[in-house]
Parts: sequence; structure tokens; C-alpha cells
Amino acid sequence: MDQNLPTGGEKLVQCLEREGVEYIFGLSGGAVMPIFDALVDSKIKLILTRHEQGATHMADGYARSTGKPGVVLVTSGPGATNTVTGLLTALMDSAPIIVICGQQILPMLGKDAFQEADVTGITYPVVKHSYLIKEAEDVPRILREAFHLATTGRPGPVLIDLPKDIGQGPCAAPFSDELDLPGYEVPSRAEPDKIVEAARHLSRAKRPLLYVGHGAVIADAGKAVTTLAEKLRAPVVTTLLGKGAVDEMHPLHLGMMGMHGTAYANKAVADCDLIMSIGGRWDDRITGKLDEFCTDAIKIHIDIDPAEFSKIVVPDISILGDARLVIEDLIPQVEMADTAEWLDQCERWRKQFPLKYSKQGGLRAQYVLDRLNAITAGEAIFTTDVGQHQMWAAQFCKARSNRHWISSGGAGTMGFGWPAAIGAAFANPDKKVWAVVGDGGFQMTSMELATAQIHKLKAKCLIINNNFLGMIRQWQEMFYENRLSGADLEGNPDFVKLAQAYGVKAFRIKRSADTDRILEEAHAYDEGPCVVVAEVVKEDNVFPMIPAGGSVGEMLIEAPKHKLQKPTGST
Amino acid sequence: MSAAQTIPTSESNPIHTISLFVNNKPGVLVRVSLVFSRRAFNIESLVVSPAAEGRFARMTITCSGNSGALEQMIKQLAKLVDVVHAVDHTRDDAYETEIALLKLDCAIDERTHILQISEHYKAKVVDYGTDSLILQVYGSSEKLDAFIDLLRPFQLVELVRSGKLLMARGRQLT
Ligand SMILES: Cc1ncc(C[n+]2csc(CCOP(=O)(O)OP(=O)(O)O)c2C)c(N)n1
Repeated sequence: MDQNLPTGGEKLVQCLEREGVEYIFGLSGGAVMPIFDALVDSKIKLILTRHEQGATHMADGYARSTGKPGVVLVTSGPGATNTVTGLLTALMDSAPIIVICGQQILPMLGKDAFQEADVTGITYPVVKHSYLIKEAEDVPRILREAFHLATTGRPGPVLIDLPKDIGQGPCAAPFSDELDLPGYEVPSRAEPDKIVEAARHLSRAKRPLLYVGHGAVIADAGKAVTTLAEKLRAPVVTTLLGKGAVDEMHPLHLGMMGMHGTAYANKAVADCDLIMSIGGRWDDRITGKLDEFCTDAIKIHIDIDPAEFSKIVVPDISILGDARLVIEDLIPQVEMADTAEWLDQCERWRKQFPLKYSKQGGLRAQYVLDRLNAITAGEAIFTTDVGQHQMWAAQFCKARSNRHWISSGGAGTMGFGWPAAIGAAFANPDKKVWAVVGDGGFQMTSMELATAQIHKLKAKCLIINNNFLGMIRQWQEMFYENRLSGADLEGNPDFVKLAQAYGVKAFRIKRSADTDRILEEAHAYDEGPCVVVAEVVKEDNVFPMIPAGGSVGEMLIEAPKHKLQKPTGST
Repeated sequence: MSAAQTIPTSESNPIHTISLFVNNKPGVLVRVSLVFSRRAFNIESLVVSPAAEGRFARMTITCSGNSGALEQMIKQLAKLVDVVHAVDHTRDDAYETEIALLKLDCAIDERTHILQISEHYKAKVVDYGTDSLILQVYGSSEKLDAFIDLLRPFQLVELVRSGKLLMARGRQLT
């Protein structure tokens, strides 16, 4: 082998450096050793995780909190298959991550060799695109393409499978900026007549509503949306993942819409005469029963992915383009709409149906999150896991800045919250990062306490411990006559002791009266990660709730007195 | 042969014809077929071959499945990084053709009859065995269906069909 040539693994690492990669999250193994070896001499920091799923969610948290791609490095076979959940999570929420897997040597492919898995095959449905590298010469071009694909247009996960013989063999190819992607186009500005048409409708609407989705976060469209909302005097609602694009404390902001959205947001959705989605995908958690969703409203849909148009809702106007550019083009074209009456109505709903929870009978998750919101004062980055705590956090923790709210929406992946917070904390050393997790989901990736601890990372984890798979218990209580099945988390460890076993600082909240003091202490704690365990009441439910597949008319503002039918929506 | 022939179909699952212009790379076929299977579309025939420029390939696909899902499926196909473009030709004016090879076990005394039918359909004998024949026929899928049905009574032992080939007429994109 030519002594002067880098190995494929070295070339790959050099390419990553060239892309500006700061961190790689991963776990080693035989097939990926050449790349781990190359990392020894690199300025890229390797973050050794305790599980490959954790690595993918860390990369995802890094990516969502910065907009820059998160990079994962794992070995072949089981190392690679452990990333599937993280790939799905990233794909569903359009997060740019790059998963690089080691692979068996080329001559052994297809021979059931040790730790061989057809990873490209296994992951086809959960990636934006993938590569199996068969020639060392392709390494630089493929790396460039992977970063381009992951981060442009509608972002998403890209997988690169690298056989070990290419990783350790010579690579003569120079760096490349060449892209060989003839089928790939990235929309930017929209067609001018679409803008004119949309502006005409927006200016004329009596009850307009701006529906802000994750696409607005990704495109950093929030400032423009705020200007547009102010000019039109139109209220704003967001999806779970749209939180933070527009400051949730803005007077025109009605909060989150959808299944567990605020009643006033959902009433506005039901009553508007024009709804404009800005990077939202009309998910079933948002629309509920489609036949009854915004039936009389004009629907405008802005998206960078043409496949989103008419996928769920057939829009009156579809605008293909980057959300920020589209809104910026719209602003000068719209005229102030006559919406005074509409805004008054929205304010009446806001007063009439505030978010509320009982202050009696033990420590309430909502109270803890309400206080966390007050103490973090709109400065912190929140990540969440999946379940009741996620919905309560979405309701009570106001996201005031873009990329300060990170949650697994599309996939609803339990185990996401804590590693995502670790990734976000690596990317944002100056910010406070709080993970809000349930006792169930936390245990799916709790071993990443070690990862946070060794790097003295200032990520904070608030465990809302109700000793149940709470959201499951809520559904069984409401729709299955309280026949609890597999919802009780008997066997939970003492989470304070668990954290301490990793050397992590831990706090426990048992009484409402202690909440502020402990949250403040944890918030100020700066020496490393910390865990706060809130021992909340075991049986509490999230309201408002629109049962899956229902319409706003069926929204439950509080616990219903009557027996409920099983929801018609799938989940 | 007339243009835009349609294969007889059931109301709920009509046959659709789609052409794809794709990168000629491994893995593309799997990605494409996953788009179909995820939406419970059945691929009836699939022809893949290099395009005029060899780094690209053409896929002509006939499939059956819910018409309502077709538009979304075409968009999802077009979204694949390796797909340069995807066109629904179901209602297009396009030239379509197909090739079939048929092997018949036949005794000498049956041959005349078989050859008469073949002549009518402009089929060609491409292999003359002592007790078997291979026929090659091309044309619209319906013509081939009819030809094959006529020959079934004569011990049709093997049948290979290419699947539909299609090209949009005039300046339209295939
Ligand atoms: C990996 C995974 N498995 C199962 C589910 C289904 N699921 C959704 S919410 C939930 C309960 C979550 O319980 P916990 O983490 O304790 O949070 P809580 O709802 O109690 O706040 C479950 C099991 C899921 N979303 N993800």
C-alpha cells in the first residue's frame, strides 16, 4: 500500500473535518475500527455513548438545536441496527443526521459473515438517502453528497455503510465538491403568482390563522412569520414541533393546536375562514377527523417538499419554496386585514378556556412544569420524551426562541428526550438545557447518564415520575374502562440513587412547596449534569384532549363525566 | 396498433402505467418498489433497462392499486434521490408494446393450425423442435393476451412476457 496515501477511514474523517463536524456520537466495533483509529489524530471530538440509539438521538438533538448535521459512527450488524429507531425519529421530523456504519469487508458481503447485516436494505424506509460505498475513490464525493442531502431541501437522515477493507485500504481520491445528484432539486423562492394569489386571500380574510409547523423552525422563518402576523393582525398557532419559531409569549400567539393543544387554539382553527400552513404537514394529531377539519376555510400550504401537497389536505393554494423566503415575499404584498372582531373572539376564548390543573392532592406534573417555565424564563432549550409529560411540557413550557424546543413528534419515540438533551448541550455550552422525560421513556436510554457525566455536560433531566406509562394509563382509563394492561411501572428504580450511581447530582421533589427551591438549585447547578425527580401524583390526565380521529367539536376540556367510545383514529 | 390501449381492469384497482427515469445504480429498484409496497400497490409488470445515456435507466411499471393514492405515490417516487423524474402515463397518448415468448409442446399434425394463428398475429417461430415450438410475438398487451388465449389449448408449457414498454408520443416526456 502506498505509504503516502490516507486510508479510506482517514479520508472519511478528513471529509468530516472539512464539513465542519465538531462532534461524532458513537460506539465502536470490529468493522468500524479503521475510522475510530483515524479519529485519534483528528480534532473532531468523539463522544462515546452507551448505546447506538442514544448516539442517534444525541446527533438529532445536536442537529435540531443548531440546524447543523449531527454525525453518528457505529459498527456493522447490531451496531447499525440499533440506529434504526433514531433514523426513523429523524426522518419523521426532518432532522439532518448522518449515520456512518462500519460494514464487513466487500468479499464477505452476502455471506452471513460475522456481524454482517444488510444495513442499507434494512434502513431503506427510514432514510432520506443511503450509500453503500464500494470504491475508496467514492469516499469524498459520497461524504459531500451525504451532507448536502441531509441538510438541504427537506432535511433528513442519510446513512453511509463503509466496508472495513475500504476503511483501511488506500484512498487516492482528492476532496470533492462535486455532486452527482441529477434527480435532486432544492426549491427556494416560490412562483410570484402564487405569492400574489395567497396575499390577495390573506388580505381579504376576516378570520385568518397562521399555522406554524416544524418547517418554519427549520427554515428559521419565525421572525418573518411574526412580522406577517402583525401586519395582518392574524393569530398564530403552532404544532408540537413548530413551538419556538414564533415567541409563544407574543400576544398574537394562541399556543399549540391539535390533540392536546389549547382549547383557544383549537377553537380558532375550527372557526377561521383562512388557514395557512407554514411548514406544517397536516398531521393527524393536528387535523383529527378530516371531513370536519376547517371545512369552510381557505387553505394555503407552504412547503419545501412538493409531496406534502394534497397528501392529507387538498389546499386551495400550494406554495412550493423555503418557508422563510415565501413569507418574506408575502409580507410586502399583503394589506392589513380587518380582523379586530376575530382577535377579540380569540381573546375571549383565551380567557374562557385557559389551561388549568388542580392545585390540590399532591404534586402535579403541570405545576412542576409551570414552575420550570417560570424559572427558566424563556432562556432554556427544552427537549422532551414522549407521553403525558411531553404534552404538559408543550402546554406549560413556553418556547420563546427558534430551536429551543426539541421533541419527537412524528415518530413519538420514547427514549429520545434525554440523549437529545445531551446532544443539544454539546452544541450549546452557554445555554441551559432541560430534558423533560417520563419514568418509562427515561429508562429506555437512562444509561446515557454516563455519557453526560464523563463530559461534565450541563444537561439537566427532569423526570416526571408517575410510576406509570402515564399516557397509556390515560387512554386505558378513558377508552378501555380503566382496564389497565401493561401500564404499571412497578419495578422502577429509585431514580435519585440511579443518577448517583453514575456520579450524577440528583434532586427529588415530593411536595409542591419545595418545587421552586429545588428547580432553582438544579437550574443554577453548573458542575455537570443533574437529575431532578418529581414524584408526581400517579393518576392524572392531559386535557384538553381531542380523541384520536375526532373533531374539535369533541374536544374534552376536562375529565368527562360520561363513558367514551374508543377513538376512531388509529393511535 | 392504436394508442393508449388500456388493459381491462377492475373498478377499485385499475391498472396504472408509470415511467421512471432513474440513476442506473444498485439499490434503486428496491427504493422504488418500497414506494409501491408501502401503499399496497401490486406491481404487475416492470421493465428496467439502460436509457440512451447509460448512466440512467428507464423503468416502465404497470401496477394496480387505489387510484386515489396514485398521485401521492408518483410524488413519493419523484422524491427519491435517485429518481430523476416520474410520469404517470395512465391516461396519456403513448406508444405501447410488449414482447412474449411462448413454448408449445405440439405434435406434427397440430403445427399447421398453430402456424395459421401465428401468421394472423404476425408471430414468428424462433425455434423449431421435433415436438416443440418457440413463438415470438410483439404488440399491445391486449393483442398478446388474445394470442396466448388462442394457443392455450395447444399445450402451452412456457410463457415469458417482457412487460409493457412505453414511450410518450411527440415532445411529451416519457
Ligand atoms: C419506543 C416506544 N414504545 C412505546 C411507545 C408508546 N407509548 C407512548 S406514550 C407511552 C407511555 C410513556 O410513559 P412515560 O415515559 O412514563 O411517560 P408519561 O406518559 O407517564 O409521562 C408509551 C408506552 C412509544 N411512544 N415509544
